[in-house]
Amino acid sequence: MSENLLDVHGVTKRFGGFSALTRVDLHVKEHERFGLIGPNGSGKTTMINCISGALANDEGKIVFAGRDITKIPAYQRTRLGVARSFQIPKPFVSMTVLENLCIPLEYAAHQHSHGMELRGEAMEILELMSMADKADVRTSGLTQIELRKLELARAMAAKPKLLISDEAMAGLSNAEVDDILEILVRLNEEGLTVIMIEHIMRAVMSFSERIVVLDAGEKIAEGTPDEIVNNKDVERAYLGA
Amino acid sequence: MNKERKIFLIVAAVLIVGSFLITTHMENRFYYKAAYVVLQYVVLATAWNILGGYTGYVNFGTAAFFAMGAYTAVALIKTWKPPLYVLLVTGGLVSGLLGLGIGYLTLRLRGVFFSIATLALAVVLQMIVSNWDYVGGGAGTAVLKPRSVPMFSNYDEFLFFVMAALAVVSVAIAWLIEKSWIGRGMAAIRDNEEAAECMGVPILKLKLFATTVSGALMGIAGAPFSYFVVYIEPTSAFHLDYAVNSLAMPMIGGTTTWLGPLVGAVLVGTAQQIATVTLSSEMNLLIVGSLLVGFVVFAPDGLVGLFGKVRARFAGKEA
Repeated sequence: MSENLLDVHGVTKRFGGFSALTRVDLHVKEHERFGLIGPNGSGKTTMINCISGALANDEGKIVFAGRDITKIPAYQRTRLGVARSFQIPKPFVSMTVLENLCIPLEYAAHQHSHGMELRGEAMEILELMSMADKADVRTSGLTQIELRKLELARAMAAKPKLLISDEAMAGLSNAEVDDILEILVRLNEEGLTVIMIEHIMRAVMSFSERIVVLDAGEKIAEGTPDEIVNNKDVERAYLGA
Repeated sequence: MNKERKIFLIVAAVLIVGSFLITTHMENRFYYKAAYVVLQYVVLATAWNILGGYTGYVNFGTAAFFAMGAYTAVALIKTWKPPLYVLLVTGGLVSGLLGLGIGYLTLRLRGVFFSIATLALAVVLQMIVSNWDYVGGGAGTAVLKPRSVPMFSNYDEFLFFVMAALAVVSVAIAWLIEKSWIGRGMAAIRDNEEAAECMGVPILKLKLFATTVSGALMGIAGAPFSYFVVYIEPTSAFHLDYAVNSLAMPMIGGTTTWLGPLVGAVLVGTAQQIATVTLSSEMNLLIVGSLLVGFVVFAPDGLVGLFGKVRARFAGKEA
């Protein structure tokens, strides 16, 4: 157990009387490509919000890199190495693309060692994402795919150990999906642990080494992509009985 | 960066010395009174902008922080009449603490709900002060200003100089914040609070910093107020004009930079002073109102934004 990067123990999250997550366990190994799937409303984004600290879970414990992070605020979790992208892009609209990346670089990755190196580092990340030509563009001038890429780039700029990609590919074309997949695979090869939440099965099945399926706030299956595809419970969750 | 800082410091010093030199040459007291009001709005608009423009939290309670500074000073004057700098410091401290406390209580509220809470704060504080007899209660109280002050021929000139220095200092503080990591974090909060927190920005700390600094500057601006008006009563100290003007001036000048509130306060403040003399004292709010509507519709980024756009267009034509 100790080599796990992220351990989620029995996390429950309620909204009033509605239980969005019920005693869910997740264990993500270091350097793993991990998929989290489930029908709409199954609690995937709630799970991510609990891990990243945007929501506080009602029960259970979240351990990251051997440290209990259940009670610490979101910004400190980012500094420890948990970064996420948002399903609906949330760019800093008054800034250029480069400046968007400088925020996590300055606040999470380096914590106030400012200067020109920041811009250099931000450029490197943009080049990795093949967005270098957009560095000085304001985010209002970006297309949907560029906004998705910016979400990933900005999360990368926090220099995380764990990247949580929340539906980075929804609504993108096949070629665009391949672009983003390629980037995530490359980042993973460089040592990053990735949790991918996705509805596009082609992407999540080819990317993930291990998949957990949520349905109505509960974990109904866990296994390799092949096991998941042949799992009767999963089929029922998606297609009905 | 360092060169920029040097130029800024030199300009600030020149402005302070310049305003002192003016007092040795100009006689007409009306101009000092008028200039004091305009400079006071430079401080208020700049202070408002640190929270409203940089961090994105619209404060309708400027009058509360301003009057807190003013009444703290009145209470001190009634007890032991300390020198003006003590009034400034305590006024700033009290209003800064008020900002910190209000920030802690209300920053969970976003958007318009935060604004309503700040407006309520002004109403509540006005009720309390109106019932506090020691500082004059609802009827108000007369405050005797010191008869003389060294180096200045009268106290109005001295107050003008003090407010000029305060204006320079508060603009400098806004400039420093804007150019630092704090200002960049504030901009991230303004743009998207949730994303900012997930990118490692300690949003609660930065927001509390903003409410504290903004409140303190407003309190400092209010501290000399009773000496300036000579007779202070709650209706004038808590007047809605302060809230409306200190919000409208940055909006008209432009909210994302230190320059915006400065330009807005000088232009609108001066226009109001001229209107008060030439037209009527009630006309000035009409002017602010129409300007605000015009700018929100036609130039949402204010004069500074408008200027930037025009310059970009001309640069585009040349290329």
